[in-house]
Amino acid sequence: MIRIDGVEVIYPNGYQALKGISLEIPKGQFVVIVGLSGAGKSTLIRTINNLVVPCKGEVWVGGRSITRARGAELRKMRAGIGMIFQTYNLVKRTTVLRNVLSGRLGSANPVGSLLGIFSKSDLLIAHACLQRVGIPEKAYVRADALSGGQQQRVGIARALAQQPQVMLADEPVASLDPPTANAVMSDLKRITREDGITTLVNLHFIDMARNYADRIIGMRAGEVVFDGTPDAATDQVFTEIYGRSLDKQKDLLGQTN
Amino acid sequence: MTGSPPALPQPPLLPRLIGIGSWAIFLALLFTSIHFTNFSLQTLAQGIPDFFAFFGKMWPLDWRALPEIGQPLLETLQIAYLGTLFGAILAIPLIFLGSRNTTVNPLVMWGVRGCLTLVRSIPDLLYAAICVGIFSFGPLPGVMAIVIFTASVLAKLGSETVEAIDPGPLEALQAVGAGRIHQIIYGVVPQVAATMASYVLYIFEINVRASTVLGFVGAGGIGQLLRTYLSFFDYRSTAVLLLIVFGVVLLIDAVSSYARSKLI
Repeated sequence: MIRIDGVEVIYPNGYQALKGISLEIPKGQFVVIVGLSGAGKSTLIRTINNLVVPCKGEVWVGGRSITRARGAELRKMRAGIGMIFQTYNLVKRTTVLRNVLSGRLGSANPVGSLLGIFSKSDLLIAHACLQRVGIPEKAYVRADALSGGQQQRVGIARALAQQPQVMLADEPVASLDPPTANAVMSDLKRITREDGITTLVNLHFIDMARNYADRIIGMRAGEVVFDGTPDAATDQVFTEIYGRSLDKQKDLLGQTN
Repeated sequence: MTGSPPALPQPPLLPRLIGIGSWAIFLALLFTSIHFTNFSLQTLAQGIPDFFAFFGKMWPLDWRALPEIGQPLLETLQIAYLGTLFGAILAIPLIFLGSRNTTVNPLVMWGVRGCLTLVRSIPDLLYAAICVGIFSFGPLPGVMAIVIFTASVLAKLGSETVEAIDPGPLEALQAVGAGRIHQIIYGVVPQVAATMASYVLYIFEINVRASTVLGFVGAGGIGQLLRTYLSFFDYRSTAVLLLIVFGVVLLIDAVSSYARSKLI
C-alpha cells in the first residue's frame, strides 16, 4: 500500500531529518512509530502525503508516486489520505460540522464548496462520521467549545470524511489525559480496522504502542533502528530506541541518567 | 587566602552605547525643532486672549444655517460609506496576495507590499486634490480618495492579521487535498473575519472624520460649506456646523465602538 524508497529529508537550515528511510507497509496494517522528539517521526509521516517533500528518494501510495505528483493529481492523492494532528488543527471559530465537511474539500464540487454549499451525500457522510466517533450531537456546536478529547474526535471525523485508504496520525493523543488518550486510540484503531484503512501513528507512550500496534517502527536520529511486532519490542529494544534505560521511577521524577 | 575579590561581570558595552546615543538623538531633534519652528510658550500665552475672542465671534449661534447643513452632511456620510465599502472590497485580494502564508509567490507579495507602502506615503487629502483634477469637483473624487486610503490601510492591517493566524488548520486543509482558494476560505477567513470586520468599522470612523474636510479641496461633502463660511468670516454659522459635525461623528464613533466590542 505504502512504499517508502530511500527517502532523505534535509531542512533549509541544513538539519538532516531523515537519512535514507526505506519501508514497505501492507494494506490494513496499524503501524506505530516511536522515538524521541526530533527523531524524524513527524517528518516521515509528512512525506507520505507530501507535506514534506523529500530531497532524495520517493514515496509510493497505492502504486502511484506522491512525491512526483503535482497540482490536481497531488490534491486527488491527498484526498485519499486522512491526517490527524497533535493540536487537532481545527478551525476553532466555526462549527464542528463545517470542520468535518472540510474533509470533503478534496472531492466535493469545487464551486459549491467555495460558497459553503455541499451536496446531500457530503452532508450524510459528515454526519455519519460524527456518529462513528461518538459525538453526533455536537454537529452545530462551535469547535472551541469542545473538550480536548472531543476536538480530537472531530479531527478523526474530518479525516474519515475523506473516506481515505490511508490514515496518518501525528502524536494524536499527546495533548490528552491518559484515560481520554486510551479512549481516542481505541476508537481510532477500531474504525480504521473496520474500514481496512492502512494507518501510521506517531506515539510517545511505549505501553500504548504495545497495546495498539500490529507493527512497531523505532526511529532514532533520522534512521529506523527497530522494525517488528509488539512482542519483539522488548524493554531492551526501547532502551536502544530512546538511547537510555527505561527506569520508570526516574522517568516519573523527570530525571535523566 | 586569595588576594583580590572576584571581578563583577560587566554589562555588555554595545547596549549601553545604543541607550546613550538614543537619548542624544532625541534631545538634538527636540532642540533643533523648537529652534526652527519658532516654538515659544510666550507666544502661545500671548495668544490666549485672541483664542477667547475667536470663540466670542461665534456667539450667538446662527441657527439659520441649520437647513443648509443637512444635505452636505448626508453627502459626507455617503462618501465615507461608499469609500469604505469599495475600499474594503478592493483590499480583499490585496490582503491575501500580500501575506506570506497565502500569496501565490514571493515576488507578487513584495510587489503588492511595495505598491501599498508607496500609496500609503501620500495623505488622503492629497489624493482628493489629485482626483478633483481628474474627475473635476464633486463627491466622486472624495469617494475615490477614501477608497484609496481604505484599501491601502486595510490591506496592510489585513496582511498582518492573516500572517498571525494559527497555521494548523491550513496544514490540515492542505493534507485534505483542498485547493489554494478553498484553503483560504475554510482555513483563514473564519480566523480573521471578526478582526477584519472590526478594522473596517474603525476605518469607517476615521473616514467619516476625513470626509468632513475633503470639501476644502473641492471633493464634495460638508467641507465645501465649511470653507464658504470661513472665507466669509461667518463664524456664527461655522459654529453651528462644527457642533452638528461633532455630534454626528461622536454618535457614529459610539455606535461603531459598541459594534466592535461585540465582534471580538
